[in-house]
Formats: sequence, structure tokens, C-alpha cells
Amino acid sequence: MNNYIKTAIAAAVAAVIGSSAFADTLQDIKDAGKIVVGVKQDYKPWGYLTSDGELKGLEIDLARDVAKRLGVEVELVPVVASNRMEFLQQGRINLIIATMGDNPQRREVVGMIEPAYYAGGTNVIAPKAAGLNTWEDLRGKDVCALQGSYYNKRVTQLYGPNLVAFAGIPEVSSALQNGSCVAFLYDNTWIESQIASDDQWADYVMPFETEDPQAWAIAVPLDDLDSAYGKQMSEIVTDWHKSGYLLERNAENGIAPSPFLQEQHDKLQ
Amino acid sequence: MEFANTLIDWLRPDWFLNLVVISDDYNRARYLAGLWMTVKLSVLSIFFSLIIGILGAAVQGAPSRALRVLVGAFVAFFRNTPPLVQLYFFYFAIGTILRITGENGLPQPLISNFGWAIIALSLFAGALNVEIFRAGIEAVPRSTVEAAEALGYTRLQIYRDIVLPLAIRISLPALGTNLVNLVKTTTLAYAIAVPELLYISAQIWSEDLNVREMMNVLLVSYVGLVAILVWVLHRWEKTLRIPGYGE
Repeated sequence: MNNYIKTAIAAAVAAVIGSSAFADTLQDIKDAGKIVVGVKQDYKPWGYLTSDGELKGLEIDLARDVAKRLGVEVELVPVVASNRMEFLQQGRINLIIATMGDNPQRREVVGMIEPAYYAGGTNVIAPKAAGLNTWEDLRGKDVCALQGSYYNKRVTQLYGPNLVAFAGIPEVSSALQNGSCVAFLYDNTWIESQIASDDQWADYVMPFETEDPQAWAIAVPLDDLDSAYGKQMSEIVTDWHKSGYLLERNAENGIAPSPFLQEQHDKLQ
Repeated sequence: MEFANTLIDWLRPDWFLNLVVISDDYNRARYLAGLWMTVKLSVLSIFFSLIIGILGAAVQGAPSRALRVLVGAFVAFFRNTPPLVQLYFFYFAIGTILRITGENGLPQPLISNFGWAIIALSLFAGALNVEIFRAGIEAVPRSTVEAAEALGYTRLQIYRDIVLPLAIRISLPALGTNLVNLVKTTTLAYAIAVPELLYISAQIWSEDLNVREMMNVLLVSYVGLVAILVWVLHRWEKTLRIPGYGE
């Protein structure tokens, strides 16, 4: 991105944040008695709505655990890929825990907390009858996707599908089952858990090699990355790995064992 | 001062040239495709909504009570429900029923998302056009119609040659407002993944994280599109003007 634009945006952001730029976000959260966390509500079983309208899932557990460790209440705000970073910049949420892939471009906008808490890659879910075998089979075909996903551009440029992108997973699922597209381009973690757990996907498969592995990071506002707040978040994630909490919540939420989680856990012992 | 610096940065011409929709080939191609899609959506929906409006208004003056009630119901339904809900209804409800079986035994939609967008937008704007034309028709002086009847014109001739031409002139300002609205409503096609301007811009800003820049591009694009439409409508209004009539 051009430097002028960057300066302009940075200046605008600084002007908006203004007075709070030197404030202590961690203290603000404690003073307010609550932390506002942006979570997914359509990404079963990471963050989803139960039939009672309650938010549940692995990431919801993580959000609650963050609040517990800080000794505050938690407020969960549903976000989608295309608005979560804006929400964080605007101060509508304090923290993103929403299946967000970590990449250099996003690092210029939000504070990605290290270490990563999860990892996923890119794949598609498609009807068995569609007969897809390699990524090249997508060329020229209508492929459903989610608006704002990081892999949309890469896959379009590499394999030339005609992407049909919707705002949310229910819309995409409906479009895929209606035959409006031949496959749904998404994260392999979601696809695997859906095929394993949900009868509506009985005739569907994940036909390709998973590509482009991405670490998922929780995120704080960019200014807070090196503050007490950012450091505390980093410690919390490290402890999630070290104590086996993530492995345990992963299993408890019915997600297939994750090689990434095991590797991180072993590394920290 | 921070603000002044920001402003100066924004006013620099090279900033404009560095917009990703101008400098980046991939994004420029996508933006132009989105612009073209919005133009297609607008022109086709305007065309069909006008036809629906003219036919509907004609039927409303028909002797058949059943037909009049039918048009009344159509207008009430499409005018009184949100266009986004209509679009979802067509695409996800009706679209699920209207499908054919493709070559590999999988279902395929009979009507594409673009097709549904045109249908939904035309019906929505058409319902409003019916009312706009009706207002125009009712404003045509009764004595004018009686004079035509006295000259032996048939019902159809009166509607086609006398009432409609006058009614259109009277309706033009209200019609213009509705058509401008229709151009702006094409952004709703975003919801069913028709790659129009808003859809493309949202794709670009989620990839390049340049929300503000793309918002400005979007605003300017729509101001431009609507300006063209308003100019055409004004020209039309001017051409149709009858000196001394309605002034």
C-alpha cells in the first residue's frame, strides 16, 4: 500500500483514538469491569449459536477464560470476517477471537498476539457427485465463498474459479445445496468438523490437499500490542498451550485432534 | 497539526493515482467489471420496472374488478416489504424450488443470482412505478378524456395516445426519484453475491484492508452514476415539455 495512504490512515486512526493513545487499556477494561470480545457465531464448533440462542464453542470458551483470568465480565459481540478488524480499530470490541488468520498485511492494522492459538488451511467442501479431484478442476466453475476471507484472492489468482461470495455461512450452505455453486472454498478445520459431525453433509467431501496453512491469532488494537494488555494476552495464550487447556477445550468441543495444538503443547513442556 | 497533514496527504494528486482501483491491474479490472455489472443491473431493472409500471397502471383503470384487485395486491406486497427481504425470498426460497438437474445429477438453479436480482429489483421498483403512473393518469383532466371519447377514440387509443403521454409528463419528477432510488438499491444484489460495485469493493477492502479508500471510491462512483441518470431524465423532461401545459 502506498505510504501516503498509510500515513493518512494512521493519522486518522491516531486522531480518532487521540486522548486514549497513552491510556492503559488493561486498566480501562478492569475499570469497566468487562471485556468486549468479537467472536464468530456461524463457525461451528469454534463459535456458534445453539438452538437456545446461546453462543458456544471453542473460541467462546477462550473468550470466557480471558475474562476469568482478568477478573472481569465478558461481553460477546458477533463479528464476521469483513468487519472484525474495523470493530477493533473503532473500539467497539477490545479483543478478536474469531478464527482470524495471521498475515503481514493484517499485522499493519491489528495487533496479532503471539503465539498463535490455532492453525488452519484452505480447502473446499463439494458434493461427491461433482467429481472434483485437484484444485485445477475449479477453473471457470462457480465456487461459493465467504466475503472477506483471506484465501479468496489467492485461490482466484491461482486456479481461476468464479467466486460467488456471501456474507455468512448459512447463505453459503444454502447456495451450495441449491447447486448455485460446485464447491465452497473455506477453512479445512471447519470443513473437517462439519463433514464429521453434521448429517446434512453426508454426500459431501473435502477433495483437495489442504493448502496455504495459516496461524490463527487473537488480536488487540495495534497500539496495545506492546502494552501491558498485549503482553498479558500473549501470556494467556502461552499458558493455554502449555497447560493443555487448548487441547482439552478442543476435544471437549468435539473437534478432531489438531497436530498444531499438540506440537505447541509439546514444545512448551 | 496532525489533521492538516492528513488533509494535505489526501489532496495530493499522486494519492489519487495510487488508488488500488487505478494502479493495480487486478483490482482495476475487478472494479470496472463491478461498475459494468451495476450499470447492467440498473439499466435492465429500470427498463422492466417501467414496463411493469405502465402495464400495472393501465390494468388499474381496467373494467375488470378481479384484475384491479390483483394489481392492487401486487403493489401492496412489493411496496410494503423490504427489498432485501424480497431478494432473499426470491433467491433462497423460490430459487430452491425452481431448479433443474445438471449433467452430474446435481441440482442446478434455473435462474442465476443475476437473474433473480433483475426480477426482484424490477418488481420492487415496478410496484412503485404503478402508483406513480396512476397518480399521473388521475391528474389528466377528465375533460380531455371526454373530448377524445367524443372524437370516437377507443379505450386503448385514449390510453395510448392521450392519457399515457400526458400522464408520463406529470409523473416524470416522481419517476425520476424512484429510478434514482432503484440505481442505489442495486447495491442489495450484494447480498446474493451478484458481483456489482459494492460487492467488488467489499472484496477489495477485505483483501487490501483499505476500507476508507474504497468507501470514497464507492461514493464517487454512485454520485457519478446517479448524475448521469438525472441528466438523462432532465433531458427527457425538457424534450417532452409542452409549452403552456402544467405550468
